Amino acid sequence: MTDKNGFFDLSKTTLTRRNALKGLAAGAGLAMAPGFVRYSQAQSSAPIKIGFQSHRTGIGAAYGRWYEKTTAAAIKAINAAGGINGRQVEVIIEDDGTDPGRGAEVVGKFATQHKTDIVFGTLFSHVVIGSAPAAGEAKMPYFVVSEGHHVASTKLNRYVFQPGITDVKSQIQSMAPWIAANAGKKVTQIFPDFAFGYDHRDYLPPALKAQGAEVIAQIAIPPTESSFTKYFPQIPAETEVIYHVMVGPAVLTFVKELGEFYGSNRPQLFGFIDSLEATDINSPGLEFLDGSHFWEGSPRYAQPDDSAAQKAYRAAVGIDDNGAAVGDPKDVSTAAHMFGCWETLYVVKKAMEDAGYKGPEDRAKLVEATEALKEFAEGPEHPQGPKTFNGKIHQCFGIQNISKVEGGKLKVVHKTKIEDGLYEAEGDYTTQAL
Amino acid sequence: MHFGPHLLLATLEGLVTSAVLALTALGLSLVFGVMRVVNVAHGEFFMLGAVLAWAITSAIGGHPALGFLAALVIAPLIVGAVAVVAERLVLRRLNYNPEATIVATIGMLYIIQQLALTFYGPEARPVEPPFSYRILLPWFGYSGYKLSIIAASAVLLIATWLVLTRTKIGLIMRATQYDSETAQAFGISVGRVYGGVFALGAMLAAIAAVLIVPISQAHYLMGQDPLLLSFIVVIIGGLGSLRGTVVAAVLIGLSDGIISMFFSPTLAKIIATLLVAMVLVFRPQGLFGTASR
Repeated sequence: MTDKNGFFDLSKTTLTRRNALKGLAAGAGLAMAPGFVRYSQAQSSAPIKIGFQSHRTGIGAAYGRWYEKTTAAAIKAINAAGGINGRQVEVIIEDDGTDPGRGAEVVGKFATQHKTDIVFGTLFSHVVIGSAPAAGEAKMPYFVVSEGHHVASTKLNRYVFQPGITDVKSQIQSMAPWIAANAGKKVTQIFPDFAFGYDHRDYLPPALKAQGAEVIAQIAIPPTESSFTKYFPQIPAETEVIYHVMVGPAVLTFVKELGEFYGSNRPQLFGFIDSLEATDINSPGLEFLDGSHFWEGSPRYAQPDDSAAQKAYRAAVGIDDNGAAVGDPKDVSTAAHMFGCWETLYVVKKAMEDAGYKGPEDRAKLVEATEALKEFAEGPEHPQGPKTFNGKIHQCFGIQNISKVEGGKLKVVHKTKIEDGLYEAEGDYTTQAL
Repeated sequence: MHFGPHLLLATLEGLVTSAVLALTALGLSLVFGVMRVVNVAHGEFFMLGAVLAWAITSAIGGHPALGFLAALVIAPLIVGAVAVVAERLVLRRLNYNPEATIVATIGMLYIIQQLALTFYGPEARPVEPPFSYRILLPWFGYSGYKLSIIAASAVLLIATWLVLTRTKIGLIMRATQYDSETAQAFGISVGRVYGGVFALGAMLAAIAAVLIVPISQAHYLMGQDPLLLSFIVVIIGGLGSLRGTVVAAVLIGLSDGIISMFFSPTLAKIIATLLVAMVLVFRPQGLFGTASR
């Protein structure tokens, strides 16, 4: 193989002194341009900058898009009502590619380049776990909307919070009694082979055991898998309930292949809606799910008993009664999770106001003010429902919805109580130095 | 489940993987064999085929078979046209320089992928299979459509083989592969052959994608796995050897199906990669390849 055209011959592209000087001058000019340092002398009137670590590309892209829409709606509402401490709020979005390594870089970029006040908005658990050390190092408050148990496990650091969505351990614990009583006692678990799946693997067996049911098989599936039939023979024949929680673009295939494997003669199914977020429940092949049950953080379909706050929230974000974008019924939202962005931003607002937050020098005060929060009342700021907050483990606790697939819609059949999901704290972030 | 039915299921799954893999890898193998271009964007042509299949089936409506058949014809043609444009605008201007085309096709990979994300979006979207017949075996049910993929792929492979060995176009392609300068001296327009081969390679990937999309889904990142597996198949089978590509695809597909069912999917990938290493060490030209002249 010869390099005939010299594509790899570096000596051909020489840098002249004149060109180098031109480049330097342009760079210096840019740095001195008025816009570049506009707010450095006028911090009190400058907007509060929120760095949004978004899954714009990679396997989390469908979530990322709806997290952005929800965030934009919440910021619009907050700014229209006067902002935070009288200052407008500005969101700066960086794409993390749903990748932990890139996630840590994005946190660093927010800290050193954008100089944001906080970082916010991450969903996928491996990205949160990968980014948390960078946030701790930069002493950057990091508000995630991730659902994993990693924040509440107190294995991350004092700068990481999850005040807008409950964690898997709490969700499982509060739903286990319903599963054991209504679905069946012999449960086979199918979960993705990474952090989020391990939360389910570790916390479901003890939660079911406490209810007199048991997990008889656990099947881990690599998150990049695209074909699932080969795993189904591992499901024991005596299984009464298949508990499935899958993420990523291949979940539709998972459900369809499960349908082909079992036909109408299937065990009960209990799943996390994570498997079907941003997916139309009436897609071809999903008829198999009719009559099965799902966990939902916030219901996708409008329910008859929706509060006024829930209705206002849905209108502000722009989703219709079927949980799809207004005007595009095929653009289904990630409704079960994205409410967490809305609620987290209102927690940030409350904490910044409590702390009298002025700028990055007050980040430690913001951490302490967030830790001091105790509960969030149901209302326009918390449309999913009331929540309590444990400042020691940086985690909120709330209600869960169990929904049944009925006539091509998800209908909430059971709501848990906050107390059902409370557990002993595994540690205490407040003992860590700021 | 007992051993027998378990093995049957593993074999069926493996054969479906093999069928799709053989078509995809054949495209890659042809492009390298004739043009000496390592097409890193091959997986993106596969993705493009699936995405177009979704667009065509949802535009046509009516009975699912109607949209599917239209997609099976139109999607590969569009992908082929895109490939011809890419070949004219990029590869030809680089004089098919082996190193430069690798870098250029990496660029094409990202451009196609990000265009798909921009215009098609991040969601995984389903395509309805042309028919949904569920074969009921005593131990488990199996999708009739999946079995038809194996048959369709076999027919297409035989057709490709006939074109390559029995037609004048095939003769010209083989002549160009054997010695492009001499072929040119005999009046063969090597540039046009290259354009055609590049399009044919992309079209084979697109057909494979249209076949698989009713059981998988169209997603903008779906091109990565087929690309990797195609490289594995092509290296094991021998570059530019149709027979080697098919044998290696069946080998990799079946071992993937069976090993991942009885042991673990990770082990299947480890063994496939180990096989590549062994082939590269002991038989660098591949199982059926001929040593380079």
